[in-house]
Formats: sequence, structure tokens, C-alpha cells
Amino acid sequence: MKKTALFAAALLCAPLAFAQQVDLAQSRIGFTLKQLNVPVDGSFARFSANVVFDAKKPEAGKADFTIQTSSINLPTTDAVVEAKKKDWFNTAQYPTARFVSTGMKAIGNGRYQLSGKLTMKGITRDVSAPFTVRDAGALTLVEGTLPVSRLAFRIGEGEWSDTGTIDDKVEIKFRVALKRGA
Amino acid sequence: MNDPAERYAAPTVLLHWLMAALIVATFWLGLTVADMPLSPTKFKWIAWHKWLGVTLLGLLALRLLSRALTRAPALPATMGTHARTMARLGHLGLYALMLAVPLSGWLMSSAYGFPVVYLQLFALPDLVAKNEALGDALRDAHTVLNWTLAALVAGHVLAALKHQFVDRDGLMARMRLRRR
Repeated sequence: MKKTALFAAALLCAPLAFAQQVDLAQSRIGFTLKQLNVPVDGSFARFSANVVFDAKKPEAGKADFTIQTSSINLPTTDAVVEAKKKDWFNTAQYPTARFVSTGMKAIGNGRYQLSGKLTMKGITRDVSAPFTVRDAGALTLVEGTLPVSRLAFRIGEGEWSDTGTIDDKVEIKFRVALKRGA
Repeated sequence: MNDPAERYAAPTVLLHWLMAALIVATFWLGLTVADMPLSPTKFKWIAWHKWLGVTLLGLLALRLLSRALTRAPALPATMGTHARTMARLGHLGLYALMLAVPLSGWLMSSAYGFPVVYLQLFALPDLVAKNEALGDALRDAHTVLNWTLAALVAGHVLAALKHQFVDRDGLMARMRLRRR
């Protein structure tokens, strides 16, 4: 019985064994929206990331992010309160957002392309973004920008769906710090 | 009584009345949005409020230039030393606040992490780094400066009316739009 449990645990952990350790303190998931052409920066403070990346075989790479939507940061407290409401992230009903990669490939010049499925507010869409990889001290930094349509995920409903005030296009900026040799 | 034909230089007069109208509009807009709940309308009005404020800052620069390059008409000879000092201080205060009010708004916007993008066309530089507590302090400063400006404007208008209807010294003619 004990053996079985251990075996099951080992099996569950197996995929993680291949994943590199992510330094969450050095990683960031941010975004920039445009409000009447004014760039407004935000971020998510809490998320988890499982990433496998080997520059020698990028096509074998994998990425899986789970974001706690209620950890959203925006310039003002008013904006944070608003962003959690039903019209926006509806954090009470949809506490997490998730990205699961479906493919990675090299596109030259140290750049790679990441494709995957992004789920926000219960809506899943295929998304794709280029990213770069560089070494910084003991870390490997994976950085990229993912443009998304906020309305495709019903983020900003009702009166907020007016794209004249807040642009439909939002750029998600990610930086994942992988611990090398871990 | 002074030469009634003498008035401020035409650009100064024009800027005075244009800025007076814009200051009232910007003040009213600011007061209105301050109490509005977040909505697309609020964002649009805040944007207009900021654009008007930046416009006023630009107009102030032109006005100072116009004042520096031209001669201000003399005050009525009937005015005593005390009244002259009051007028001088009042005008200095008005100029100082016409500078401090939009600047404090710009600072507040920078501190809150919302850059000012004039007419949606180009971004003004951020004067301070993002810091919400500083933003709150600057918001208070912006409010106090605005009410001080409102009080000074009220005093300015009352003084002008006193000159016109009590002293009847023709002082207001210095700011008339048309040449006689």
C-alpha cells in the first residue's frame, strides 16, 4: 500500500522532474493596456510556472503557467478594485487564468516562437508569441510579449467594451527566470 | 484718472480672457470627475481635464512672454500704496497658481502611474516615478492649490468690480478686448 502510494507520487512528480526550477522572485507577468492612448502598466503578483526549455531542442520545450487573477496590480487601488469585478476579471468566479503551451520552435537570431492555449474567464483561445532567451548570472531569462484581444476573453464587459476608452489590444509581457543546472 | 485708451497688449488681453474661460472649464471638469465612480466617461473627462491643464500651461508660457515683452498700463493714480501692494501680490499669486495648479496635476498623474498623453498624440515625460502614496499627497496638494486659486480668482473679480462700480476709475478698461 505504502509502496503503491510512493509509486503514484513518483509518477505524479515525473513530469516535474524534467522541468527546470523557476525563480519566481525574478520572474514577472505584466501587461500594458492603452487607455485613450495612455500606456498603463499592470502585473500579476502570484503565479506558478512549470517550464522546460533546452535551446538545443526547443521543439521539446513546454510551458504551463497558472495565474492568480486576484493578485492583479494596477497603478491605483481604485483600478485594482475595479479589475476584480464581474465586468473585468471576475476573480470571485474565475480565480485563475492559465496558459498551456502546445508548441515551441526556433525562428532564428536567438528567437523562438511559443504557441499555446490561454484560458481567462473560462474562455480558451489559441495564442502565440515570440520570445528570447538569455543568460543572466545563474539564471536563464526567457522573455517575450504576447498581444491579446481583451474582448476575446470578455475582459471589460458592458460599458467597458468601448475600445475608444480602453484599447482591445493588451500586451502581456512575461519574464521567466530559470535556474541553470537545477 | 488714467488715459482710458491705454490697455494691455493685445496678446495679453486675448490670453487673459481665453485662459479665464479655460480655467473655469478645467476647474469644473476636475471637480466633477473627482467624485465620479470609475467608468469610460470618467476616463474621457479626466483625459480632457489633463489636456486642458497642459494647454493652460502652454498658454501661461505665452502670456508670460507677452507680459515680459510689452508694457503693462499704469494703475489709476487714485490707488493708494496699500491697494497697489494688494494688486501686485494678488497678481503674483494668480501667476504662481496658474503655474502650480497644472504642474501639481501633472506630478499627480505621473505619481499615480498614468502618463499624460496630450490629445492622445504625444506623451509628456513623467515628472516622478510611480508611487501611489505620493500620488495621494499630490492629489491633496492639487485640491488645495485649486481652491486657493478659486479664492484668488474670486478676489480678483470682486476687486475688478469694485474698481468698475465703486471707484469708477476705469481700471477694467485695461483688459477690454476691443480698441476704442
